[in-house]
Amino acid sequence: MTTNASTMEFKQAGEVESPDTVANHAFGFWIYLMSDLVLFSTIFATYAVLSHNYAGGPTGKDLFDLKYTFVETMFLLFSSATCGMAMLAMRDGKKGMVMGWLVVTFVLGLGFISMEINEFYHMIRQGAGPDRSAFLSAFFTLVGTHGAHVSFGLLWMAVMMVQVMVKGLTTPAQSRLFRLSMFWHFLDIVWIGVFTVVYLMGVM
Amino acid sequence: MSHESIESVGASRGSYKSYIAGFILAIVLTIISFGLVMSGSLPHWGVVAGIFTAAIAQMLVHLHYFLHLDTSSAAYWNLMALIYTALIIGIFVGGSIWIMYSLYHRMM
Repeated sequence: MTTNASTMEFKQAGEVESPDTVANHAFGFWIYLMSDLVLFSTIFATYAVLSHNYAGGPTGKDLFDLKYTFVETMFLLFSSATCGMAMLAMRDGKKGMVMGWLVVTFVLGLGFISMEINEFYHMIRQGAGPDRSAFLSAFFTLVGTHGAHVSFGLLWMAVMMVQVMVKGLTTPAQSRLFRLSMFWHFLDIVWIGVFTVVYLMGVM
Repeated sequence: MSHESIESVGASRGSYKSYIAGFILAIVLTIISFGLVMSGSLPHWGVVAGIFTAAIAQMLVHLHYFLHLDTSSAAYWNLMALIYTALIIGIFVGGSIWIMYSLYHRMM
């Protein structure tokens, strides 16, 4: 298990889902993630082209606070790690631990999205909304799309917590939890691009 | 239905050790990125090169330690799909920047 991490164990219980189906679903979901990555890349390209079109409005230097973004980044990174812990607990069949780590992951994810909504709110209140300049339109589109993904991830996580609580760690539930963890790690990878291209480049 | 274990691509889970190693590397790389910009000790081009190197390194750390992507046969098609996606992203992002900056300079 430690040398070759490509073996995945699913304890059979309750609903029936064959191991082949689980692997196919995981691969299909990977293809979806790749297509989502292409979607993000088009938004990144748009942002890269428009990032200096301030129309006399505020620039990244005026708007971004790197300490704030750093805390946001830590929220998402810690949630990615706790999501991994939930996966390890799932492998060991520990339902209570899975629930516990999922709750921690959910709270950290909620912290991230709350900080983002707070940032958007303050920017729009000071007149730096998406209608101010091409730069801000691109900013809200890129960061907002990522935030929407995280929000849907949280919704998915809430549904999975109920499922695990009601049905237990059945094979379909494990299969879904596994794809949720892929989605969650994927969003953290996209966020690396966001904080580098938008925030770090923005304040320079 | 008797299978206790399955082969699952990129879909696998690592050990506590691999998650913790990935987590520590990711934190260190994040701190390097933010530190480079916040300290302002390097010239502009050095900071840009530094943060993009750190970002790509961190993406690879996440892919390897959190999504368990490697060159094993189980993850072969996941890796192929990712490489193809990287090509598309290169064309989209690189092409857009190239065309739009070229247009900008021609219109000056």
